[in-house]
Amino acid sequence: MTYQPQSDFGTPASKSEQLATLTIDGRIVTVPSGTSVMRAAAMNGTSIPKLCATDSVNSFGSCRLCLIEIDGRKGTPASCTTPAEDGMIVHTQTPRLAKLRKGVMELYISDHPLDCLTCGANGDCELQDQAGAVGLRDVRYGEGANHLGQAKDHSNPYFDYDPSKCIACSRCIRACDEVQGTLALTMDGRGFASHISAGLASENFLSSECVSCGACVQACPTATLIEKKVVEIGTPERSVVTTCAYCGVGCTFRAEMRGEQLVRMVPNKEGKANRGHSCVKGRFAWGYAQHRERILKPMIRAAISDPWREVEWEEALSYAASELKRIADKYGKQALGGITSSRCTNEETFLVQKLVRAGFGNNNVDTCARVCHSPTGYGLKTTFGTSAGTQDFDSVEDSDVILLIGANPTDGHPVFASRMKRRLRGKNGNDGAKLIVVDPRRIDMVRTPHIEADHHLPLRPGTNVAVLTAMAHVIVTEGLADEAFIRERCDWDEYCHWAEFVSDKRHAPETLEPVTMVPAADLRAAARLFATRPNGAIYYGLGVTEHSQGSSTVMAIANLAMATGNIGRRGVGVNPLRGQNNVQGACDMGSFPHELPGYRHISDAATRSLFEADWGVPLDPEPGLRIPNMLDAAVDGVFKALYCQGEDILQSDPNTQHVSAGLAAMECVIVHDLFLNETANYAHIFLPGSTFLEKNGTFTNAERRIQPVRKVMSPMNGLEDWEVTQRLAQAMGLDWNYRHPSEIMDEIARLTPTFAGVSFARLDQEGSLQWPVNDAAPDGSPIMHVDGFVRGKGKFVVTDYVPTDEKTGPRFPLLLTTGRILSHYNVGAQTRRTENVAWHPEDLLEIHPNDAEDRGIKSGDWVKLASRSGETTLRAAVTDRVAPGVVYTTFHHPATQANVVTSDYSDWATNCPEYKVTAVQISASNGPTDWQESYESQAASSRRIIAVPAE
Amino acid sequence: MTTIERLVYMANQIAANLATDEDPAGAVAEHIALFWDPRMKKLIFDHDSGGLSPVAAAAIHQLAQKQNGG
Repeated sequence: MTYQPQSDFGTPASKSEQLATLTIDGRIVTVPSGTSVMRAAAMNGTSIPKLCATDSVNSFGSCRLCLIEIDGRKGTPASCTTPAEDGMIVHTQTPRLAKLRKGVMELYISDHPLDCLTCGANGDCELQDQAGAVGLRDVRYGEGANHLGQAKDHSNPYFDYDPSKCIACSRCIRACDEVQGTLALTMDGRGFASHISAGLASENFLSSECVSCGACVQACPTATLIEKKVVEIGTPERSVVTTCAYCGVGCTFRAEMRGEQLVRMVPNKEGKANRGHSCVKGRFAWGYAQHRERILKPMIRAAISDPWREVEWEEALSYAASELKRIADKYGKQALGGITSSRCTNEETFLVQKLVRAGFGNNNVDTCARVCHSPTGYGLKTTFGTSAGTQDFDSVEDSDVILLIGANPTDGHPVFASRMKRRLRGKNGNDGAKLIVVDPRRIDMVRTPHIEADHHLPLRPGTNVAVLTAMAHVIVTEGLADEAFIRERCDWDEYCHWAEFVSDKRHAPETLEPVTMVPAADLRAAARLFATRPNGAIYYGLGVTEHSQGSSTVMAIANLAMATGNIGRRGVGVNPLRGQNNVQGACDMGSFPHELPGYRHISDAATRSLFEADWGVPLDPEPGLRIPNMLDAAVDGVFKALYCQGEDILQSDPNTQHVSAGLAAMECVIVHDLFLNETANYAHIFLPGSTFLEKNGTFTNAERRIQPVRKVMSPMNGLEDWEVTQRLAQAMGLDWNYRHPSEIMDEIARLTPTFAGVSFARLDQEGSLQWPVNDAAPDGSPIMHVDGFVRGKGKFVVTDYVPTDEKTGPRFPLLLTTGRILSHYNVGAQTRRTENVAWHPEDLLEIHPNDAEDRGIKSGDWVKLASRSGETTLRAAVTDRVAPGVVYTTFHHPATQANVVTSDYSDWATNCPEYKVTAVQISASNGPTDWQESYESQAASSRRIIAVPAE
Repeated sequence: MTTIERLVYMANQIAANLATDEDPAGAVAEHIALFWDPRMKKLIFDHDSGGLSPVAAAAIHQLAQKQNGG
């Protein structure tokens, strides 16, 4: 489509249900009460000139350009701050207004560079547009004091700040305050000296608290804040709406293009997950898509000690198929398996699991969700009847108290964090929601500008179940449970059994305090707060799931929500914050070895026969191997071939040395990815992947929202990923003939009742749909379990606290927990290949000052991090964000290999690894460990590619 | 940890976490039936019960009998 900027109605929409009818320039318009005259005019097709107003932030009334006249009223009020009223007669264009506007604009332009032709924003500048709109033809003011010629701030890797072009409209400041909630920007100075400042005068954008979300750039009406790419390339000429491939928030963006070149990603105002906002990753960190390290040709080799040899697609795929067949013939079909990726589309994931089940003839398919949210699937299926969160993101606007446990949304889910922060800050003088944070670290949400958690329960890592059971103890024993809700919606007998269990004195906060390290009084107060506010919502992340008791914790959360009646309406619910973009979708698509798409167990003959009839092959009724079981079987010599799409198990899975031993024992490892990732060091066949910009499909976010991914440029590797899997299937003799991913979705909808009403045509029409989409809910389901639980009655499950076997002791006295940072994503394969390294060039070890002092460690020192599994080195950051006895690091950089030290312990129900609890010791170090050096040497050797002589 | 050691550990861990169920051995047997692949099941069936907790051992015995048509 031809480039059209997004509509800007000037001020935010009113949510009032009352209506007002007024006349603007002789035309009648009816709008919700509280709508500004500016917005009402825009809704009626009248564009009132404006500069300081934009509909992402509240009106400000400073630019004096949007003046109007109203019959019966004196003066010329600003339309952005004047609410529309019944019977109002408004004039937006009169000789008086025209003169005033021209005068105002003349003043603006008198202190603005007149370099429009060579300005980066030429053709996309509101100041330029408005000068035209008001008919400015002359500037009468001559030379004088001005703000021209000031030094630019180029420090941010993605955008420039040119104070000479600033009109002091404050849109950037308000966007930072209201949309992002970081409050990094301010108007420094007074009067003529007023200027935008990022933090202190001594700071630039990069060194300031700015998180580079892009909201200020989006809000800027001039070239003052402008994307470096626009300056470099020029303005876009078309745009395509697509879905971000980073975290599980699922922001939609307009990919703004010039030819096949991406100019910028602009958050889509119509996006129901992000509502026009973005973070540094989705907005700016897409440079990896054209990175020089991308592999664009298929490659093969006989042994992992050999260098790679580039081949054509046909040779690579026929070699892969012949190897898979050879191994199946020699070792049996159970020797084969596949791993789907939460980074890939639903359609790609569906095909990989179909290839394994229908082509390999077994159920040895698993997904990287194994290592993040598999306990969510188990826990919510058991208690509620479906493996998904209960709410949409909008729901948070109605929450009165938020329990945030084991999640760090400002880093992991930043766009949703901004929405949560907005609710916590309150609005128009009304109090915001209360906040309870349960986390071993003092995450940013505990205390951030204008937000302070009412309770931070800094529990000892590994004691989530004990904390939640203690909260349940308080709620039940103090008579705070919602018995009416429980009697109506849940199994009463099961509730009574559970209530008796949690009421036992051994679960009292005072009894458990020595275990959890959470002061009992704080825990009691937090439990009372959660139970007594009208709408209580629980948001959680991998700090819940990645434990020995991950599934128990998810069920304990579900118990708490049911006991307090917080299910089935806006503002409440159980909300897993999904790590990767398509974790929900990967699980929905039957990626787990025991389930067909739609969470139906493989042993269910009726479901199996549905797929068997459609696919024309018998299916194995027994569950297949999970990822850790595949690696065990590989070490045992019975699992020999793996097709791994879009997943880097060597870096992301626990106990790296065990993973590498498993991979090394296989005879055919097929890696299908963008880069030669760490797993590819052990691969025999490399199939180059395509980025989300190069393919069609859908992602499903944490709200169960299915959203289109649209191809905006040709795949540099020649094929979309679904085509690669299809051609591999064809090479193995399967009769697959999909012409477009929409046909794969049609098959998914045909075979999966919760997707029955989903199609690409419907998604194009609606923008997105939240499953279930079926006859009962033809437009999807923003909130689940509204009239009853999917399983019938909600099930209370007794969750006894079974401590992890990973124990601290004299040799390993500290507990390591791991997590993410805002600027990087997962194993960093994408973000490390962008300018985001400016913020986080290496993984750091956070250690409390007491523990650091005991060991003679200062910030910046190299330290050795050792556990029972292995050891690595990294630099220390001494901080009281972590409690004494706890250390923390991220896992974004392969040079650190944090998973060298993580253990083999895992969730009892799902084998989700226990990343969050590892007993470690920290000591001073001079540099890399032997393991790091030998790993680096093996990796370098493994990545050799034979140069093909030019013809 | 060898594979059989890991399977014994997993079975015991499942048993510990399902200890409060009305029928712990039955719940453990059902869990293993639903989530373990055939080779894992065979390995634990063939194991001599060494290291297994009483509930885990009972569950595996129960499941083995069921799978063998007993």
